[in-house]
Amino acid sequence: MTLARRHHATLAGVAATYLPSPAAAAVVVQNTWLGMLSGLDDYDGRVPFRSWLFEILVHRARSAGEGGRRAVPAAGYTAGPGRFRADGNWVLLPLPWPEDAGERLCAAAARPAIWAAIDALPPGPRRVVLLRDVAGLLGHEVSELLAISDASQRALLHHGRSRICQALDQLVREG
Amino acid sequence: MALFGRTVIVCRRAVDLFTGYLEDALPVRDQARLEAHLAGCTHCAEYLRQLRITIDALGQAEPDPPSPETCGELIAMYQRWAADGA
Repeated sequence: MTLARRHHATLAGVAATYLPSPAAAAVVVQNTWLGMLSGLDDYDGRVPFRSWLFEILVHRARSAGEGGRRAVPAAGYTAGPGRFRADGNWVLLPLPWPEDAGERLCAAAARPAIWAAIDALPPGPRRVVLLRDVAGLLGHEVSELLAISDASQRALLHHGRSRICQALDQLVREG
Repeated sequence: MALFGRTVIVCRRAVDLFTGYLEDALPVRDQARLEAHLAGCTHCAEYLRQLRITIDALGQAEPDPPSPETCGELIAMYQRWAADGA
């Protein structure tokens, strides 16, 4: 159950980016755990365990969901529409975060806001942020897993992180 | 715009380079342009700091553990799998 406690919610979050309902995502996550159990004897350790686990999930989620058959669109994802003027300068300058912003955001009290910000992302950036920043997969592992270029992977990650940073801004400054 | 042979970048371009910069994946020229920009733009430097803090927080934002109901389903699933394999 340690593995389930550590990875279950993140697996469900990634599955949800492919599937239309939480119930369908839950079925895919259950099938992922079964796939892991059945495949354990063949796991040779050449890739980190978490990458292998998420690979099982993504294959099952793609098979189960129509969304998986669509390529992840990376073009057009930027730091956030409306943040810059046509001349490339900031519309609204980023207001400084307090010195203890890191501690505030790493506190348990900030967790619901962070997860709400992740959940508010479109599926493509949400998938990449969950895999990279929450599950801890490396960039090339995510590119291979999702069959996208490194540049697309970074564009999706950039968009997701920027949106989350923006969503947390008020919490951090007024917290 | 060129300054001492190096193209000066605007804030939007600088911010677009941040993810590649944080991954150490920028071409040398882009890295030099970005670092020159950051040295003179406190706003972009602050935004880069905010992104670093956000990434750090995401890495530590452990998701909620599965509910007791989900744990029960997983245990039952495991028991079925173990019984089938026995």
